[in-house]
Amino acid sequence: MSVSADRVSQAKQRYWRRNVTLMVCLLAIWAFVGLGCGILFADKLNEAGSIGGVPLGFWFAQQGSIITFVVLILIYAIAMNRLDDKYHREVKSEGDAADTEGGDA
Amino acid sequence: MIDLLSPALPETLAGLFGMTNLKTWTVVFVILTFGLYLGIAWWSRVSDTKGFFIAGGGVPAPANGMATAADWMSAASFISMAGLVSGMGFAGGVYLMGWTGGYVLLALLLAPYLRKFGHFTVPDFIGDRYAPRSLDASANKLNYARLIALFCAIFVSFTYVVGQMKGVGVVFSGFLGVTPATGVFIGMAIVFVYAVFGGMKGITWTQVAQFWVLITAFLIPAIAISLKLTGQAIPSVGLASPVLESVDPARPYLLDKLSSLNQQFGFGSYTNAYGENAGKWNRLNVFCVCLALMAGTAGLPHVIVRFYTVKSVKAARWSAFWALGFISLLYLTAPSVAAFARYYMVDDIAGLNGKTAEELPQWYHDWNKTGLIAWVDFDGDGKLAFTNNLTDQTIDITPSDRLLFGSTPRDLVPPNELMRIGKVPASIRDELLANPSAWVTANGGLSQAEFDEIEQSQSKPWPPHTVPAHPASPEELPAYEATKQAYETAYKEREEIEQRIIQLKTKQVATAKAKLLELGAAHHPDRDIIVLATPQMAQLADWVVAFVIAGGLAAALSTASGLLLVISSSVAHDLYYKVMNPQASEKQRLLVGRVAIGVAVCIAGYFGINPPGFVGEVVAFAFGLAAASFFPAIVLGIFTKRVGTVPAVAGMLVGITFTAFYIVTQKADVILLNAEVAEAIFGPKGQGLRVPWFFGIDAQGIGTVGMVINFIVTLSLTPFCKPASPAVQELVESVREPEAAPGTPGSTPAPHIENAPAH
Repeated sequence: MSVSADRVSQAKQRYWRRNVTLMVCLLAIWAFVGLGCGILFADKLNEAGSIGGVPLGFWFAQQGSIITFVVLILIYAIAMNRLDDKYHREVKSEGDAADTEGGDA
Repeated sequence: MIDLLSPALPETLAGLFGMTNLKTWTVVFVILTFGLYLGIAWWSRVSDTKGFFIAGGGVPAPANGMATAADWMSAASFISMAGLVSGMGFAGGVYLMGWTGGYVLLALLLAPYLRKFGHFTVPDFIGDRYAPRSLDASANKLNYARLIALFCAIFVSFTYVVGQMKGVGVVFSGFLGVTPATGVFIGMAIVFVYAVFGGMKGITWTQVAQFWVLITAFLIPAIAISLKLTGQAIPSVGLASPVLESVDPARPYLLDKLSSLNQQFGFGSYTNAYGENAGKWNRLNVFCVCLALMAGTAGLPHVIVRFYTVKSVKAARWSAFWALGFISLLYLTAPSVAAFARYYMVDDIAGLNGKTAEELPQWYHDWNKTGLIAWVDFDGDGKLAFTNNLTDQTIDITPSDRLLFGSTPRDLVPPNELMRIGKVPASIRDELLANPSAWVTANGGLSQAEFDEIEQSQSKPWPPHTVPAHPASPEELPAYEATKQAYETAYKEREEIEQRIIQLKTKQVATAKAKLLELGAAHHPDRDIIVLATPQMAQLADWVVAFVIAGGLAAALSTASGLLLVISSSVAHDLYYKVMNPQASEKQRLLVGRVAIGVAVCIAGYFGINPPGFVGEVVAFAFGLAAASFFPAIVLGIFTKRVGTVPAVAGMLVGITFTAFYIVTQKADVILLNAEVAEAIFGPKGQGLRVPWFFGIDAQGIGTVGMVINFIVTLSLTPFCKPASPAVQELVESVREPEAAPGTPGSTPAPHIENAPAH
């Protein structure tokens, strides 16, 4: 029983680490595209080129960043919901559903 | 967002009446949509607190996404945002990015955890997470963390909702011909009915309907104008396309042309980011304003509370995706609408510049009746000039542009002649609309002698150019020199007369313009007409304009009702139940919730009719305070276990105080009673504290600094203060834990407040 609870607690720690890793990666993209491409180096990107008459920096500020944001949340929802399922499978394989509740004891 | 709404909106809408059939169509659409909202409210009426505060926790993710989107998009983002981007160009992107990027923070950092935490409100989370150690979590009558959060939630929500109410009143008064006060009453009555009876459930399902009304109303004209200008049905694609041959035979790319046009007429480039040919904000300001809007979005209580209304954490994640997906429909289209409308204003082929009175398009005449866009031909040359030259003479505003774009026949920028005269007294406005040149002549302050002088001078011919070619033989030279001399003298004399004419005319223009500005005119057309005029620019029927108005009302009502619910739940749940009367029964709490929302509607209505000065600065205030208070406290509360009560509360207080103080010093005139009080406290305008004294950062962006200060104070105090209590650490552990699989003992389908411990 205590071995099982221990494993559940390990599974929980793995879950949290993966969660934080995913979050940090996605937020890095968020900051790079939104605050970076859209603002901090928008002028450089503007000089770098344009699509259909829209300079790149301007495009990121008014179109690209918004599209990126939607995609980021989509990835997060899919990845996290999968991670939840994986965690549930790991915990279930321990064979004691009750531990899911008392795991942090 | 209300300060985006132009103060001239009442005139905008009142002026719309001149258009055929518009009133009838508007009444039809308003009755239809309002009937729909009330029907939904009746169908979804509730009888328990769970239904009242969190819609029973069972709203499907896509529906919750639509409701969140409607909650978020207010009258101002519907009517005014595109106009703002149109005027600001690149820098307008801060609103687009700020109000969408905040959702990423919300979805990744806050929503799933707050949903897992499973209570109703943000003050609830702050109150439990930062409960003082000495207090039993279930009886924390003196939980100051909760009280501070409560105060912030109510203040932020109120400043916001008052603006919405004002917007509702303005829109109603505009098209029903009633006073703004009556308009506010109608809006109050509608919100009252569906909020008091339906609670969060009624509000949520009404917002779903309102979302469809507002998004359809926004997209129809946008698609039509995109087709007309670029032949592309998707406005975002149209933005990156060349214009049609029928618009400009040279078929330039839309934004290429717009950028050079903007510079040609002395505006900052449409697409340039920073520097002298761009908007007023530098890199630091754009960054700070954008980040403050993002963190503020994530910390706004009425948005966060939406994630409590879904079934599970999983659904909360999907709900965030659907919400931003639906919001992006409007936010990706708005920049296109902004650019299309700008093109129809500035361009010298399809737009207004250089047009004579006969050539002006129909949409100009329609809107001219409102006085929101009015060409006053100051120089009397018969050609419209819409420029950024706000002086009285043709000047070379932007010499560096000529190096970039080459010399054109019009590299000298004539004075701007496109005004907003909506606020000018009606008799003078009619005179101006009937014959602007006559008005300028009559009000130019020139004497009869001066008029005669102009007339005489103008009739004097320029000397004919009679100088022969330079002679080959030296003996012809003296005769040549004499002719040349005579010509040059005659030319100089005529030139002096010409200068005198210019001087007199400039004096006339200056006097007339100064008089007009004094009467309440503004030096640019109104920005709110951008969204409202697009149906006519695209030559759509009147009923589309009426539908757009119904969309604006849907946007205002949906946001107002969401905010009112936050206020109600803060009072009924956090103040009454958690602080004042923890033994309150289900019935009592529901009653208090209903009374609170009713009272909140009345207070919001009162301030909607008599708005206090600070309401105009609500963007700076609401977002700045949310960014500087809630956001760091919630993020640290979830991602660290160590941070205890004292550091968190200190961080919030310092963050709020700094942000509020900075905004007050910057906007002293409007926030304090009047200019005299402002001067007595902070000294004369433009000096000392009344300039952007913190690295030149705009009041709208100071929330970012407040947020950083909050983080620094909290984290640096943490090692010296007691950590959070074991019970709180357990709470943090539990919100981080993945939700148990459905059907297992640990699963929490929805917070169930009858049985839940009241911790």
